[in-house]
Amino acid sequence: MQEFSMTKPSFVDILEERRRGSDISHALRAFSPPPGCGAPPPSPSALNKMVLESQHLRYVVLEVRGHSEGGEAAALLDEMSQNLQVTFIRLLGFALSKIFTRLFRRIQVNEDGLARLQQATQEHPVILMPNHRSYVDFLVLSYIMFTYDLSIPVIAAGIPLMGMSLIGEIFRRSGAFFIRRAIGSDKLYWAVLSEYVRTIVRTGFAPVEFYVEGLRSRTLKSLTPKMGMMHMVLEPFLKGEVYDLSLVPVSISYDRVLEESLLAHELLGVPKPRETTRGLLKARRVLEQDYGSMHVYFGNPVSVRELAKGRIGRGQYNLVPRDLPGRPSEESQAFASAAAHRVVRLQERGTVLSPWSLTALLVLQRPDGTRWDLLARDTLWLRGIALQLGARLDWPADLPDLEVMSSSMALHRSVVRCEEGCVWLVEEAGPEPVTQEEGVFRRASAVLMCASYRNQALHVFTRPAMVAVAMGTVPGHSQEDIYRHFCFLRDLFANEFVFVPGCGPQDFEEGCSGLQQCGAVSATDHELKPTEEERDTIVFLSAILEPFIETYQVTGDNCTLLYFSLRNCLSFFPSHFREIFPNSTRYTLPGGYLPPTPTCCKLQCPNIYFRQSHCRIHPGSCSPTPLCGPQVATSSPI
Amino acid sequence: VCVCVQDIMKWNGWGYSDSRFLFNKKGQGEFTGKRYRLSGMILPSLKDWFEATFGTSLQHKTPATPTLNVSAVPPPNLVEPFVEELKVAGVAASHDPEGRVFRSHGHCLHEIFALREGRIGRVPDLVVWPNCHNDVVKIVELACKYNVCLMPYGGGTSVSSALECPLEETRSVVSLDTSQMNRILWIDEKNLTVHVEAGIIGQDLERQLNESGYCTGHEPDSMEFSSLGGWVATRASGMKKNIYGNIEDLVVHIKMVTPRGVIEKSCQGPRMSTGPDIHHFIMGSEGTLGVVTEVTMKIRPLPEYQKYGSIVFPNFQQGVSCLREVARQRCAPASIRLMDNEQFQFGHALKPQVSSIFTSFLDGLKKFYITKFKGFEPHHLCVATLLFEGDREKVLQHEKQVYDIAAKFGGLAAGEDNGQRGYMLTFVIAYLRDLGMDYYVIGESFETSVPWDRVLDLCRNVKERIVRECKERGVQFPPFSTCRVTQTYDAGACVYFYFAFNYRGLADPLHVYERVEHEAREEILANGGSLSHHHGVGKLRKEWMREAVSTVGLGMLQSVKEYVDPNNIFGNRNLL
Repeated sequence: MQEFSMTKPSFVDILEERRRGSDISHALRAFSPPPGCGAPPPSPSALNKMVLESQHLRYVVLEVRGHSEGGEAAALLDEMSQNLQVTFIRLLGFALSKIFTRLFRRIQVNEDGLARLQQATQEHPVILMPNHRSYVDFLVLSYIMFTYDLSIPVIAAGIPLMGMSLIGEIFRRSGAFFIRRAIGSDKLYWAVLSEYVRTIVRTGFAPVEFYVEGLRSRTLKSLTPKMGMMHMVLEPFLKGEVYDLSLVPVSISYDRVLEESLLAHELLGVPKPRETTRGLLKARRVLEQDYGSMHVYFGNPVSVRELAKGRIGRGQYNLVPRDLPGRPSEESQAFASAAAHRVVRLQERGTVLSPWSLTALLVLQRPDGTRWDLLARDTLWLRGIALQLGARLDWPADLPDLEVMSSSMALHRSVVRCEEGCVWLVEEAGPEPVTQEEGVFRRASAVLMCASYRNQALHVFTRPAMVAVAMGTVPGHSQEDIYRHFCFLRDLFANEFVFVPGCGPQDFEEGCSGLQQCGAVSATDHELKPTEEERDTIVFLSAILEPFIETYQVTGDNCTLLYFSLRNCLSFFPSHFREIFPNSTRYTLPGGYLPPTPTCCKLQCPNIYFRQSHCRIHPGSCSPTPLCGPQVATSSPI
Repeated sequence: VCVCVQDIMKWNGWGYSDSRFLFNKKGQGEFTGKRYRLSGMILPSLKDWFEATFGTSLQHKTPATPTLNVSAVPPPNLVEPFVEELKVAGVAASHDPEGRVFRSHGHCLHEIFALREGRIGRVPDLVVWPNCHNDVVKIVELACKYNVCLMPYGGGTSVSSALECPLEETRSVVSLDTSQMNRILWIDEKNLTVHVEAGIIGQDLERQLNESGYCTGHEPDSMEFSSLGGWVATRASGMKKNIYGNIEDLVVHIKMVTPRGVIEKSCQGPRMSTGPDIHHFIMGSEGTLGVVTEVTMKIRPLPEYQKYGSIVFPNFQQGVSCLREVARQRCAPASIRLMDNEQFQFGHALKPQVSSIFTSFLDGLKKFYITKFKGFEPHHLCVATLLFEGDREKVLQHEKQVYDIAAKFGGLAAGEDNGQRGYMLTFVIAYLRDLGMDYYVIGESFETSVPWDRVLDLCRNVKERIVRECKERGVQFPPFSTCRVTQTYDAGACVYFYFAFNYRGLADPLHVYERVEHEAREEILANGGSLSHHHGVGKLRKEWMREAVSTVGLGMLQSVKEYVDPNNIFGNRNLL
């Protein structure tokens, strides 16, 4: 991915100035961002008028309702639309200065990225595409934009936020617009929403911000992108209504995520609390804790025009009115999907990891406790590998390594504790004695949190690890065979990790060169051999994927893959519950989930199939039942 | 041999030898000669505009080779018996190198650029001047007999590489110059038609008809030099098509000589249902099927009254909306054109020195009114130029209707003078390219037609694409990339682009230019524009023909060619 620069970005702490200066004058300072694309921002009501008068909406109203009465569409738009007002931005700016200085030690921002963003907003409509790890993501982004005198983005938010009295209105006036969750086949709603988004993109007065992952990642692992919004923002380009679009990937990472325990409990099946103002007030106590630093990396703007070159014919709308409602063509869908995946990959690559992510990875492999000195030694070893694989680490050079690691771990005392030279996962307190099942639950939340932080770093290792696993399952060293097995894994994990569709060879190449970087393999023209010296690396990398592979289970000979629900693992295989692969509940929706795996894979990759036979349970009983209803449920800004 | 236009025209540039732009010793722009309204005038703002727009300096000159180096012209490849029999038949012919070079090119940038550098490529081996239809019949017969390649030549104003001799052509290439077939054969006042030999040049046709109180009203920008036969062969479009129609609307009857014989209809009925209109095989055939020798055209009585006009809009978008509304109400004047801001400024640079303090005071006042009082942004405003024709009363009524529509889109009437200057610009702009080429600036125009709803998007995207492509290809200074909407139709508009840049520092400026033009065309097609509105395909745009008309469509055209001209006597290789 040439869009990604490997030079080390320099980060600036925006809170430093807040701690020195007055929050009031920060909130009241002159704020006059140059309007995007040189277009003066239309008033919210003018914008809504443009939407309601659009030919597209009129087509749909007529088609759906049989008359041209636009009242219903107007009501939907009223519910949805933002009402950006500078006063509220200032108010929010003031409040956030107070809150953020309490929550975080530092908010690190790469200024070069902001300069590029500033440049991009002058040229073409900008789509801000942050990853989504916490409720505060979008607040932080708007806060940064305000601080740097950039146009406040228009943000796609989930409708539950709107329901919060007062807060919802503040968000709306700070540029959020609200999207219902279960839109389903409500054509009119889709039409209003898509026309609204497209109108904003077309006029280009402010960046559009949305979470391409669709929802907050409860596991801190990147999610495969959702395509709805992606199509809406790309359409103005595909239809020639704008010359180009800049997709700006934004990677947000936290030393410690505000809602970490909430996330763990959600994954364990405790329902997510409804977003209410009262709930928010109750959650005040999160303000009393230390969340370390957060990093916001603004990636290089990706030109959609460049992405589209040779991949998609823009003449596809030449023979129909462009306003005509219709599904995007297969070509457009494939293009949008590839673009969205690419952005998520860029988000991953831009993510700054805390040392704790590496430590967490190791802690998980020793769930029954380990010696601190060994853990520290291995973390350092892992740091070496991670750096060779191109990871971005927030590892202060001016402090002794041991101090870096211990302070990074100390921030997570709710998860791990270091006592008498040993590191333990924390168990939740509760009345003694406990049943075996309760015991699992008590430790589960710490394990899940640990796994989540591990997940933040996972993307660094995925591809080399897949090559490592593939090497282990191939009898010889033929690159071709390894590649075939690699592809099998790639298909298998298509919903687990983010792979850009159609980029198998590049992924393989990346994995191989990563391994070569670490000195773990030597490559000749047609062969890929592990080196003797770095056998540990291969074993270690394979071990990273082990739990993921184990979570997939083959039943019978019809070659169907079933997912283990979390409950199955918890109830029946406590001993095997080394680390849970928390994402699983997401997929155990009613009706079960079948990852797309070609049947022929069985023949190609028998080894992988037969490795995962640890379970002693009749397949029939691992019915994919979710613990507490579907977990794809709602979240804050999508 | 003949009295030829070649004697009064440039051999390596546009138009008359006596008319050209130059910067005089004081560095002021000047237009020489006596033929145009602008001739002999000083243009005080041209230099500043020129230097600011292209980043050029008058110090850095790239003068053209002054005279044709005759020895560089390849010797003619003649088929002696063919030449002999021509002589016997009494057809004028010559293999004089200057005449051959003159007919070896149109006015594409690369053609003129090469000539200025003294580079001569493949040129016709012989020029023949038929005097009438029968001469053409004779020439085509002989060409078939001796397998000689014929290339019809009318006014030589092609901008589609249509006149370039195909490099792969090994036969003797004969340029068939129609300039001597330039008589009006009859005028039919009862039916308002005129029967003309196809070699007549536009301005001559119009002048002669005017003497009888008539006109065709067909005025392409090239009408000073282009020929009737050329219009038919390329599907030409005239500035005043809103009243008179394009060439396909004007033509009543066509006679064309092909290797298979003469093709024509048996009557002059105004419309027929006799299968596909065979005229449509001829119009746009670009010289690949035969030579158009005689045409019957509609004529109209000369209009009683003509009035120019102009409207200033706050921005291009408003202007386009206004033109769209005018088209919707079907009340377009004879001509209505909308220039973007860059072209508006360009027009200003060509304002001659004002004669009195009073005029300059008035100009200042106008500017003040528009920019300060009306709040038009000088870098966004754009101007529409109008031409009304007809009865005096109707013209005034019509004018009011159009200005009322314009007012709804924020348009302000900006006077007759601005309008008239706008139209004059179209005749002198081709001369300006030669000036640019004296100072490291190369450029060209190209056009398209596009549905109304895409006009704005197409204009923006194509202009931007040009700017980006230039930058990527190492052009040091932002290019001049501008457009205007030149024709309105019920379902869309014709858009005309000018594109020029300063090529200092580029190793292969022509290549850069060609790539950028190519990308611009790709952009046009991607935005729903057509391959050409009136310039034609020639050899320059052939690569997109299949995409433009579908494989079956192309096959249909090919099968016509195969039947009419199986031995490819008309071998200019245009279109297909």
